[in-house]
Amino acid sequence: MSSLDTGLPEARYSYGGDEFVFVELAEAMSLKINFRAMAITNRLKEENIEGIVDICPSNASYMIRIDPDVLRPDDLISRLKEIDEAVGDVQGFEIETRVVDVPVLIEDPWTHETLMRFRDRHQDPDSTDLEYGARINGYDTKDDFIEALLGSPWLVTMIGFVPGLPWCYQLVPPEEQIEVPKYIRPRTFTSERAFGFGGGFAVVYPVQGAGGYQLFGTAAAPVLDLSQSLKDFEESIVFPKPGDIFKYRGVDREEYDKIRSTVEDGTFEYWKAEFTFRGDRALENPHAYNGEILGVLYGD
Amino acid sequence: MAIRIKQPGLLTTVQDTGRFGQYDIGMSPSGAMDVFSYQVGNYLVGNEEGAAGLEITYFGPEIKFTQGAVIAITGAELPPKINGEEAATWETLAVEEGDVLSFDYLKGGARSYLAIAGGIDVPIFMHSRSTYTLIGLGGFEGRALQEGDELKVGDSDGASDRVGKRVDSNHIPTYSDAPELRVIIGLASYRLTEESLETFLNTEWTVTPDADRIGYRYRGGELEFVERKQPAGAGADQANVVDFGYPVGSIQVPGGVEPIVLNNDAVTGGGYATIGTVISVDRETLAQTKTNDKTHFRSVDLEEAMEARAQRRRQMKEIKETLS
Repeated sequence: MSSLDTGLPEARYSYGGDEFVFVELAEAMSLKINFRAMAITNRLKEENIEGIVDICPSNASYMIRIDPDVLRPDDLISRLKEIDEAVGDVQGFEIETRVVDVPVLIEDPWTHETLMRFRDRHQDPDSTDLEYGARINGYDTKDDFIEALLGSPWLVTMIGFVPGLPWCYQLVPPEEQIEVPKYIRPRTFTSERAFGFGGGFAVVYPVQGAGGYQLFGTAAAPVLDLSQSLKDFEESIVFPKPGDIFKYRGVDREEYDKIRSTVEDGTFEYWKAEFTFRGDRALENPHAYNGEILGVLYGD
Repeated sequence: MAIRIKQPGLLTTVQDTGRFGQYDIGMSPSGAMDVFSYQVGNYLVGNEEGAAGLEITYFGPEIKFTQGAVIAITGAELPPKINGEEAATWETLAVEEGDVLSFDYLKGGARSYLAIAGGIDVPIFMHSRSTYTLIGLGGFEGRALQEGDELKVGDSDGASDRVGKRVDSNHIPTYSDAPELRVIIGLASYRLTEESLETFLNTEWTVTPDADRIGYRYRGGELEFVERKQPAGAGADQANVVDFGYPVGSIQVPGGVEPIVLNNDAVTGGGYATIGTVISVDRETLAQTKTNDKTHFRSVDLEEAMEARAQRRRQMKEIKETLS
């Protein structure tokens, strides 16, 4: 029924064992589908239903952890279907959010060393991840590809994997979305704060560990701070939130080192601005809207 | 009161029921993998539910008590010894100052739990004392125990009255090396061909050496995905999906040859197609399997999962009442 109302595919509701309900809104990623995931989970949060343990919005899906002794999975699913109907095609979707400047050193020594170590697990052992990404996305030069990655802002569409990792989907028309495969076999090591890309998503790895995304650079500032010593982490050990808008900005080694020293002496703070994000405008004319978004962040 | 680690064993960590309500920031729950054995240990020593104990994996540690204590060892058939003398499991025991607890070789199961009256007193991090080694948080310095560590134990009153209490033998589990795990098929199971779903359920799978608190990998069959033009954002491989959340206990099949069941310390999301979820009660069964054990997955509906859950609740209540 909802597929007729919204022009969007019908959601798949599923039990994740007895303690989770998993809802896949669509198999394909799009900005609109993520707006729906956010709208539904935001509404569910407001309802404070007893028996809900975790509410996790994801890229094109969402997941709820429940105490099934308090809230039966089927009762939750009935309610979710009602909320889905009410949310509909997310006309007028709006969120109060932040636009954040995220400095990144592209082609840095740490991810370079990492990716060279795992060439045997890669689709194209003879080029770097960045050269490969540029080529398969039809860019003439590596620099054009970097320009596309860094030129337009990104929406944080999911948090997870490990604490604080943001999945980011770029605020550009579907035909401009960059897409790369993940490594053929995942790496056993990824350097800390690596700026990676897999499928249609850019990420920052919070800590070193396994991973399968293509590696393009290293973020200067953390997304996870267990000690909560930096100002941006006073409220939470993780910085990114679903709905944040990240502008990845290329920095040189000098600026990177400067930022690192402010992180280490505890004075670092992300450059950011408050913003009311309007979904319709991002879908109608993304480039014009991105201009406004960046104006809010950096000043016109 | 404290305990001193003379030898850490293979992997010994501080665990409680786990860290909940943070899955949305990517925080896996951690916590005891075999909740039943862990909780019954707390009942035996008179701890409040949720008091932290030690989870012991495959090879036992050697632990010295700096003062007298009341303890219980539950879970795997990993025979405990106090000062070299055989000691009972599933029973409340008294130890004296200077006593040393050690373990004989594993005879069955995989994970033992040491409960101490008063609970292991490490700092609480986000509502829990459980160790999450992948990120290095919680527990004792965010890591598995090492030689020389000294762990504080909380205060307890009157626990010595409990010495000699034991769990009725009909409640003590026996561990199979070829168990059946009940699964609710779902999530992105539509990605597997019907034949492959049958194969998954009919195969006798073998636990590989990659079997830990993050996940258990299995070998034994080959599964195929339904060929599709990969949707936007998913990546090129047929095993890939647009990255989504992974329930604890969910099963994914990267490459089609190695099903992985995700455990308490697993990543909370990613881009591999998941095909179903082990029901919560049977995660305890899985926790007592080890490398080279066999495993069958059986498809059940939610009703059967809920009935198994209710039965486990009744059993734990009965044990608690008998021991109090």
